[in-house]
Amino acid sequence: MSLLSVDKLRIEFPSRHGTAVSVKDVSFTLEKGEILGLVGESGAGKSTIGNGIINLLSAPGRVAGGKIILDGEPIQGLEGEAMRQIRGSRIGFIFQDPMTSLNPLLTIGTQLMETVIATRNTDENTARARALELLDAVGIPEPELRLAQYPHQFSGGMRQRVVIAIALAGDPELIIADEPTTALDVSVQNQVLELIRKLCKERDVGCILVTHDMGVIANTTDRVAVLYQGEMVECGDTMDILERPQHPYTRSLISAVPRSDIKLHRFPQVDYIEKADCKPIDIKNHWLGVKEDFGSFDHDKLLQVENLNLRFVTQNAFLEKNRRYVQAIDNVSFHVKEGETFGLVGESGSGKSTTARVIAGLYAPQSGNVIFAGQNMGQMSEKQRRPLRREIQMVFQNPYSSLNARMTVADIIAEPIHFHDLADSAMQTRQIVNDLLDHVGLGAAAGRRYPHEFSGGQRQRISIARALATRPRFLICDEPTSALDVSVQAQILNLLKDLQDELGLTMLFISHDLPVIRQMCDRIAVMKQGAIVEINDTDTLFSNPQDPYTQNLIDVMPHLDHLSREGLELETVA
Amino acid sequence: MSSNTLAQAAETTKMQKFFKSNFWYSFTRDKVAIVSFTIFVILAGAALLAPVIAPTNPYDMAAIDIMDSELPPSWSEEGDERFLLGTDDQGRDLLSTILYGMRTSLTIGLCAVMLQMFLGVVIGLSSGYFGGRMDSFLMRMADIQLSFSTMMVAIIVLAVFQASFGSELYSKLAMLMLILVIGIAEWPQYARTIRASVLAEKKKEYVEAARVMGFGSGRIMFRHILPNCLSPILVISTVQIANAIISEAALSFLGLGMPVSQPSLGALISSGFEYIFSGSWWITVIPGIVLVVLVLVMNLLGDWLRDVMNPKLYKG
Repeated sequence: MSLLSVDKLRIEFPSRHGTAVSVKDVSFTLEKGEILGLVGESGAGKSTIGNGIINLLSAPGRVAGGKIILDGEPIQGLEGEAMRQIRGSRIGFIFQDPMTSLNPLLTIGTQLMETVIATRNTDENTARARALELLDAVGIPEPELRLAQYPHQFSGGMRQRVVIAIALAGDPELIIADEPTTALDVSVQNQVLELIRKLCKERDVGCILVTHDMGVIANTTDRVAVLYQGEMVECGDTMDILERPQHPYTRSLISAVPRSDIKLHRFPQVDYIEKADCKPIDIKNHWLGVKEDFGSFDHDKLLQVENLNLRFVTQNAFLEKNRRYVQAIDNVSFHVKEGETFGLVGESGSGKSTTARVIAGLYAPQSGNVIFAGQNMGQMSEKQRRPLRREIQMVFQNPYSSLNARMTVADIIAEPIHFHDLADSAMQTRQIVNDLLDHVGLGAAAGRRYPHEFSGGQRQRISIARALATRPRFLICDEPTSALDVSVQAQILNLLKDLQDELGLTMLFISHDLPVIRQMCDRIAVMKQGAIVEINDTDTLFSNPQDPYTQNLIDVMPHLDHLSREGLELETVA
Repeated sequence: MSSNTLAQAAETTKMQKFFKSNFWYSFTRDKVAIVSFTIFVILAGAALLAPVIAPTNPYDMAAIDIMDSELPPSWSEEGDERFLLGTDDQGRDLLSTILYGMRTSLTIGLCAVMLQMFLGVVIGLSSGYFGGRMDSFLMRMADIQLSFSTMMVAIIVLAVFQASFGSELYSKLAMLMLILVIGIAEWPQYARTIRASVLAEKKKEYVEAARVMGFGSGRIMFRHILPNCLSPILVISTVQIANAIISEAALSFLGLGMPVSQPSLGALISSGFEYIFSGSWWITVIPGIVLVVLVLVMNLLGDWLRDVMNPKLYKG
């Protein structure tokens, strides 16, 4: 008998617009000591299944049909005390964001012991001993000392270890991990996944790992279930599915994962994603193709960043000597050639986004120069700088907050054209806006709508159209796809590459995702704690990393080399 | 197709959108909101149309007969059918006086709140957007302002004005003075609310995007940030109008508000208060009920609006 068997599970969210079925007749089983991956893109219902099993669905969601059997006992629809007996002591739960899943006002010890006492009815001393043992098991050094500390004294990875310890506190038979490493850096991600895997095998605990990341699936799970819009399209042994995907959706999902081994000209275009027809326009004769003349400058150094330093005040004080700072950018120098894509890669807090914001003129550096097309931007007044500002544009990370929700899409794109006086008439502005919308694959009709009517990928297209509306020469992309699903990511990255080819754009591409960086960039700078540790050509950097930090980053990068990529057109860069 | 029909088409789709919106849906589901809104519309409409629907003009001295004073409502034994709600101490028809008084109260409330809103938006927006010293300075000003009670400031200012310029001039300027005093005394409420939402909006990437485009501070503040702060402004406005009406009524009750010749609801309550023990209860009680109902429905609407506009509530 299986540890968990889910049979024809159906979960519905009734609303005034009708009932949305977010999980449609999904069936699977899980054995002891086995790790089952639930993989899919946003809206596939993967988290809903996890929440449905322990009845944590947010209102108005409900389990509308099917059976959930845990170790021979049906548990679907249990509520109140009966469900409480199962949560924690029989099923443990690991949440996505370790920053918010621990109570900041209680010590780690209190939170751990609370769970131990609630699930095992022990006294305080036994609970304390158990808490120490758990912290030790999840690999937290000096458990005695750590027990008395508060969550803010732990790093993200350490917090996630604590969350795992809490999930284990009741000695559960089953652990549900909902995107446990999505909020963590790659190097930490690997450690946490290894820990989950080790604990499951040692303790003979079944685990459902919910994730959107094929790399996590490949490295951690024994079996995998692929979900698409609430339906399970495929389920089976992980290696089987990754190497011989049967369903076209699984195939397209796998092919959209950026490759870490070789650089491709374009991402393979896949089905099963939102349609976007990019209408070509005649760039040479179009408004978009017009280029301002900057006089002569060294085209190998369109952008030069020299000895840039920026520190933020972490503790303000009246006296200079009492103030404390954090060095966000530490003596950073690099240059970007015209027409190339320069990558900045690093983990969170490495200063890559801050560097981009200094170049875009959002922060003023403490010292150092940003020289664009031969002109030193640091020494200019705001007025002198304005014409240069539109030459450098930025595409932001979060498509949900980077568009003004109160303006129509056409107004959003028209505003910079209007502001910088780039069009002769209102008619022409409207025509340019329509062309831009067509060109990024949304269609001119999109202009009348508001940003909230679009999906994340579509919004990112609007962001790109807005950035292009000032006719920039230099485009900064700050993690443009980290909030998107992989298939949409492939589309957006292809769009950026197309635009770069057509318009001769120079790009600064920022990401924490090494495979994406490898696909997009010609040269790469690796950043660590505000400083650049290594700059090199993409291929050299990946094949022969010099700095130990880079070596480590490349080592922990998820490898999907054994994946099947048959039947997908691959066009490698010569 | 002419541009006129195009505009009409756009109008109908806007109306359709409105009827499909969350806003309308939650309104039709909330009985309290519907009842409050209906009462509010009736009261406000009656006040607006006072010159048309009122049986007499209470400001017209020639039409008032002192012999009609203190007549009880028409349904009581000594009532006069000419005066539905009876008359006040000067022989004015109470219904007409209430309608005109409500008009005065609502005007003062609305104008005072517009003044508050103007000051609060400008100060809160600058304070939140520029931050630093300017923020500290403006917010300390707000703290100082808040540490005085609104009533205390209003009473001092109005009493000093009345004493120094005489009641003749005062009665002419009473409405303007009330608007100014209530408007200026309450701006920190707005400034604080707006500053808080500006601080949240300022961190969002669309503001950074606008800065990367090279837009100036004024444009970013008023065109980009302000429209995104409208929900909290709308919510506090309903409550603030109710508060302003109450403040005005209280000041008038204390004899520092509207003159007897042009009574607001508060002044009417106050003038009737002298006669309440001689049995003429209606002069105080009826305008009192109208005031309470008016303020209550506005507060209830404000509560409902806050629930609807709280994005946390309708994300689930």
